[in-house]
Amino acid sequence: MTPVATPFFFYMLSGFAILGGLLVITRKNAVHSALALIVTLLAVAGLYLMLYAPFVAGVQIIVYAGGIMVLFLFVIMLVSLERTVKERQFNRIWPIGLLASCALLALFLGVLAKGKTLFEGRPIPPLTESNNTQQIGLMLYGNYMFAFEIASLLLLVAILGAVIMAKKRI
Amino acid sequence: MTEIGTLHYLVVAAALFVLGVIGVLTRRNVVIVLMSIELILNAVNLNLVAFSRMWGNLHGQVFSIFIVVDAAAEAAVGLGILIAFFRNKETINVDEIDLLKW
Amino acid sequence: MLESLKSFLEPSVARTPGEANNQLWALIYVLIIFAGVSVAVMAMNWLERKALAHFQVRLGPMRVGPHGLLQPIADAVKLLIKEDIIPSEADKFVFWIAPLIGLLAAFTVYTVVPFGPSQAVSDMNIGILFMLGVSSLAVLGVVMAGWASNSHYPLIGALRSSAQMVSYEVAMGLAVVSAILMTSLHGMGLYGVSKLSDGTGTLSMIGIVQAQQEQHVWFLFKFFPLGLIAFVIFAIAMIAETNRAPFDLPEAESELTAGFHTEYSGLRWSLFMLAEYAAMIAVSSIAVTLWLGGWLRPFPNLLAGSAWDFIFALFPGLTFLGLGAVAFLGTARMPKHPYFKIQTIGLAGFGVVLAGIGIILLAIPIAAKVSNHTLLNAATTTLLNVYWFVAKVAVFMYLYIWYRATWPRYRFDQLMRMGWKVMLPISLGVLIVTAIVGVLL
Repeated sequence: MTPVATPFFFYMLSGFAILGGLLVITRKNAVHSALALIVTLLAVAGLYLMLYAPFVAGVQIIVYAGGIMVLFLFVIMLVSLERTVKERQFNRIWPIGLLASCALLALFLGVLAKGKTLFEGRPIPPLTESNNTQQIGLMLYGNYMFAFEIASLLLLVAILGAVIMAKKRI
Repeated sequence: MTEIGTLHYLVVAAALFVLGVIGVLTRRNVVIVLMSIELILNAVNLNLVAFSRMWGNLHGQVFSIFIVVDAAAEAAVGLGILIAFFRNKETINVDEIDLLKW
Repeated sequence: MLESLKSFLEPSVARTPGEANNQLWALIYVLIIFAGVSVAVMAMNWLERKALAHFQVRLGPMRVGPHGLLQPIADAVKLLIKEDIIPSEADKFVFWIAPLIGLLAAFTVYTVVPFGPSQAVSDMNIGILFMLGVSSLAVLGVVMAGWASNSHYPLIGALRSSAQMVSYEVAMGLAVVSAILMTSLHGMGLYGVSKLSDGTGTLSMIGIVQAQQEQHVWFLFKFFPLGLIAFVIFAIAMIAETNRAPFDLPEAESELTAGFHTEYSGLRWSLFMLAEYAAMIAVSSIAVTLWLGGWLRPFPNLLAGSAWDFIFALFPGLTFLGLGAVAFLGTARMPKHPYFKIQTIGLAGFGVVLAGIGIILLAIPIAAKVSNHTLLNAATTTLLNVYWFVAKVAVFMYLYIWYRATWPRYRFDQLMRMGWKVMLPISLGVLIVTAIVGVLL
């Protein structure tokens, strides 16, 4: 399937992602931040689709947007007090944080500008997304079998940890 | 500019990363700090998938699946800790969670 | 533009609009799906009230049109002209957007639902993954609706409803995975078809139905009883996903004053109802595609041959003629009183319309058999594919209503216990046994 209007979709999706990110860190209301994060996650899933990674996009939507964000919304509803909306939203040391982030941004831009020559002459070839899922399956159960098992053990430990932390009486 | 290359995706990922770092460093609400951490993890994922596309193999995509799994586990445990703390001290501001200092 | 319209209709190139990169036809398919689903939701609304009533030995709506046929329209008009009440402390933006998210999640599933081998809006390679992901976005709409209403009944209802939906999503996903597993295992079809070469499975919806076609078995009957158990788990989980009886505690009127949509009135509430019915039809379409053979007609191999093909091709016309006959029977039984003259005429007209559609649907296969024109053949196959698919989904819709009439409601702790302690182990067991049996056979 030939891609169509790639720059339009790329700029629209990355615009939504960055706008969502901005809204996450600036909203007073935690639920609005969570909604903005959902927009960001869906936009990033769209960017994965543009990068010919349909399985990762599906996993992103199911796990991140459909699972983790529901968890966040539950906890926000449990712990949100009315007074938090009227309080001060940003730290007392926010100028230092902003300065550090700008330094980080400058570092990133410097690295990207210096390394720009590495990406030229290497055009991204168009790909048919015919068996992405099958190949990821072969790799997950082939090369990365050990990491896969450890990831499932990690999830088990996380489930136990979350249940025990949130119980009233252990 | 009309040809969308790997560099474009890296710039978007860097922007999301910096936004997440600003959120972690400057917000007081713990839940929003946790959401900014999710932003950072997503930026890393985008980077990985973009590079996986550039090199033409799937290692980056498999690694990003593991990062999604890890983010889910971390979000669950972090929110569990938050609920446990909220039960003791009725606050969700990071600068009021300073029980070590009496 | 006319060329792009006509170029897609070439019978030799049978592809979905997604594959053909044809945006215009994708838009037309989307509009057809919108219209079809809206009509289906209205028909479902009428059928639910009439069928529930007849189950409870009463008559249901009889006044608005003949036998209540215009009742959904009256309901829609009433909801549209009602006052739009928003609680004063409610979060206006979230209150506004919550029904839209539910609606979006319900309708986006139709992008991958296949009505025929090339009649889908876009046959993605990750079709089933897309459907699972999008239907998990519906939980967000419910949670936001409950929270934005700023009132404790909707909040509790939303928390219960979303906990239920998330719990049954796990069992649903595992049942779906065992169906996907069957696409790559070619052993033991219904009639003991021996192992063909094991191909790679597929996640695309059209590919799943084509796998059922190649293996000569609906996945319902494959590796009996494993396919049946997986189907039953999916059927139960999809009822819990759409918050329908017997899992409708979050929205039951006697328990929680209508749950998460208590504070919604008028048009916003109708959006929730539209989202609920559309989600019901969507997950039923997924169940039909995965286990019941999608658009395939019953017994394509046992009763094969052009004679049986022709007999099965007459089914759409005969169905509509049967419905028209029922309408005429109702007309004959109307009371002979001047008050009922308009209703009698209306019902007779409805019967004439149904019979007319039936005659047209009979004429197409007969003309195709007689003349063997390519366009008529293509029209017949498309008609039959869509008809069998819609008929199977209609059976599921009737089953939904039957469950609501028959079974009492699950208490919430019983519901959660069943989701995690019964359905999840059974679906895991089915998956493991399917894999073992498929490899061994």
